[in-house]
Amino acid sequence: METTRREILKGAGLLLILGARANPGGAPQTAAAAGSYDPHQHLWAMTIDIDKCIGCGHCVRACAQENDVPEEYFRTWIERYEIDGSNLEHPTVTSPDGGKHGFPPSSETRTKQFFVPKLCNHCLESPCVQVCPVGATFHSPDGVVLVDESYCLGCRYCVQACPYGCRYIHPEKLTVDKCTFCYHRITKGLTTACCEACPTQARVLADLKNPADPVHAFLRENKVQVLKPHMATRSKVFYRALDGAVR
Amino acid sequence: MGPVPGVEGFMYPNEVELQWSLLIVLYPYITGLVAGAFILASLERVFRVKAVKPTYRLALLTALAFLLVAPLPLQLHLGHPERSFAMFLTPHRSSAMAMFGFVYLWYLLVVLLAEIWLDYRADIVRMATVETGWRRWLYRVLTLGSMNVSEQARAVDERVGYWITIIGIPSAFLLHGYVGFIFGSVKANAWWSTPLMPIVFLFSAMVSGIAAVMLLYMAAMRLQGRKLDMLCLDTIARYLFYVFLIDFSLEMLDLVHRIYEADESFRSLDFMVHSRLWTSQVVVQILLGTCVPLLLLASVLLFRFSETARKHIYVVAGILTLVGIFAMRWNVVIGGQLFSKSYLGYTSYKLDFATREGLLPAIVLMLLPFAILWVLVKLLPPWKPEEEGRDGVCAVAS
Repeated sequence: METTRREILKGAGLLLILGARANPGGAPQTAAAAGSYDPHQHLWAMTIDIDKCIGCGHCVRACAQENDVPEEYFRTWIERYEIDGSNLEHPTVTSPDGGKHGFPPSSETRTKQFFVPKLCNHCLESPCVQVCPVGATFHSPDGVVLVDESYCLGCRYCVQACPYGCRYIHPEKLTVDKCTFCYHRITKGLTTACCEACPTQARVLADLKNPADPVHAFLRENKVQVLKPHMATRSKVFYRALDGAVR
Repeated sequence: MGPVPGVEGFMYPNEVELQWSLLIVLYPYITGLVAGAFILASLERVFRVKAVKPTYRLALLTALAFLLVAPLPLQLHLGHPERSFAMFLTPHRSSAMAMFGFVYLWYLLVVLLAEIWLDYRADIVRMATVETGWRRWLYRVLTLGSMNVSEQARAVDERVGYWITIIGIPSAFLLHGYVGFIFGSVKANAWWSTPLMPIVFLFSAMVSGIAAVMLLYMAAMRLQGRKLDMLCLDTIARYLFYVFLIDFSLEMLDLVHRIYEADESFRSLDFMVHSRLWTSQVVVQILLGTCVPLLLLASVLLFRFSETARKHIYVVAGILTLVGIFAMRWNVVIGGQLFSKSYLGYTSYKLDFATREGLLPAIVLMLLPFAILWVLVKLLPPWKPEEEGRDGVCAVAS
């Protein structure tokens, strides 16, 4: 029997899908298969290894494409820090177009340099959820901060309340928009678009409720930090090798 | 992509655009005028400061006129104003903002409308009988079916009105202290996050409300060709001075505390005050809008001036006060968004003209309460005809 080109392509597609399911973006398979997802069995978080981030911008582009993020707004972005050893409190920080297209080479040679990917911290004590006057911003049972855009008033109080600058008003919908940890993907057993696109596995989706998730070893074996710990928001984006100069 | 226009240093990419505009500056300004005007009215009613009686009804009507406009800037600002009713139906109990509708309705329906109605009831009943045409019908509706103005009924009105005013004072504090809490409780914003914010808002509200009623009283007397009650005016100016002094002390306390503590936000905020907010904060708010009116009002207490000179001083001090308090609201709302939460950069606010949140709708919204007040004064005259031309109508100030 002759195998047609259509059949080869179909088979290749199936293999690709299975491959993505088996190891989405290098991340461990943590979500249940589609259709059997129980949000109470998961608690989503993310780990970011600063030493692994090369500032390529793949994550920003993948996020924008996956989530139809409008131009000049960001669900995730990358900052480049350049720190003069004698002036630790005043780093030079840049994020041209959110780092979407990478960064131009730095002319500075005597500074400490590194990249910091940022996104919604999906805090357990989210100031944004606290201040929303109608509850349009809420915690999902699996620890993701989501927005019901059919209910959001567009009052922008949550944008003011977020200490990390992760929210914006969608210019067309006029409701608030932010990172959802690609909720439409993770509930189908996939990883987030940004994690999938990351070539160095600097960012990895983690399920804190899954005892087999490598996140537990990561948190145990590394010195990790969250952004602005003094804000006491119980952030769930954990950074390895985060410099004290990062705001 | 080159440097972002209007941005200096580093802002988080989503921070470049300001979220709360001139309309949100108007919101605390207008509610402040409401609360301040009501508290002035309560001076006569509860604290028996008889000298301010000529302004009692005007203060209530002013509070009502501004209160009716207070939600409009918020509505105009919302991305989806058609959903705002959800705040009543499904309020999120942990949200300070969710309480706005309830505080507002409480104040409007339970306090202000009830007090005005009780105070005017006898006049409304009288006008329902003497007026003709549509006005007669209007007053008949406003009687709410009660034509009883016997001495006994009036005594009940008086007693109920007194208790409503007593409830009204903490309600006025709640209305505006609460607005301060909306800003003061945002821990992410170092410019706003201070427990002093509600109390500073409250005292500045009293300052602006008293100044507004003082100016409106002078304007109304001039327009109606009546003689100004100088005892009343001097008493209001004195109260304005005292409250202003407390307000200024609280603001300076906040400032000194920030300078002395000099936490991580200080350098950023200090730079902002010395650059982008220099004119609006230091020149307009502190020097022109606070120090000058305070000195003018103090001079009246310290030196003897003629009646005409005092009137001029009160007009200048009143206008500067209102400008100063507006600048204070501006510096809080706009100033709080000009710096990055990373404390590494600054953005700028570009005020449009004829857009939804531009200067034109803001001007219309600020003129609207005066139009409403004009109608209210026509329908419910604050001064009785027999008071016309009287001088020194009031008893000695308590």
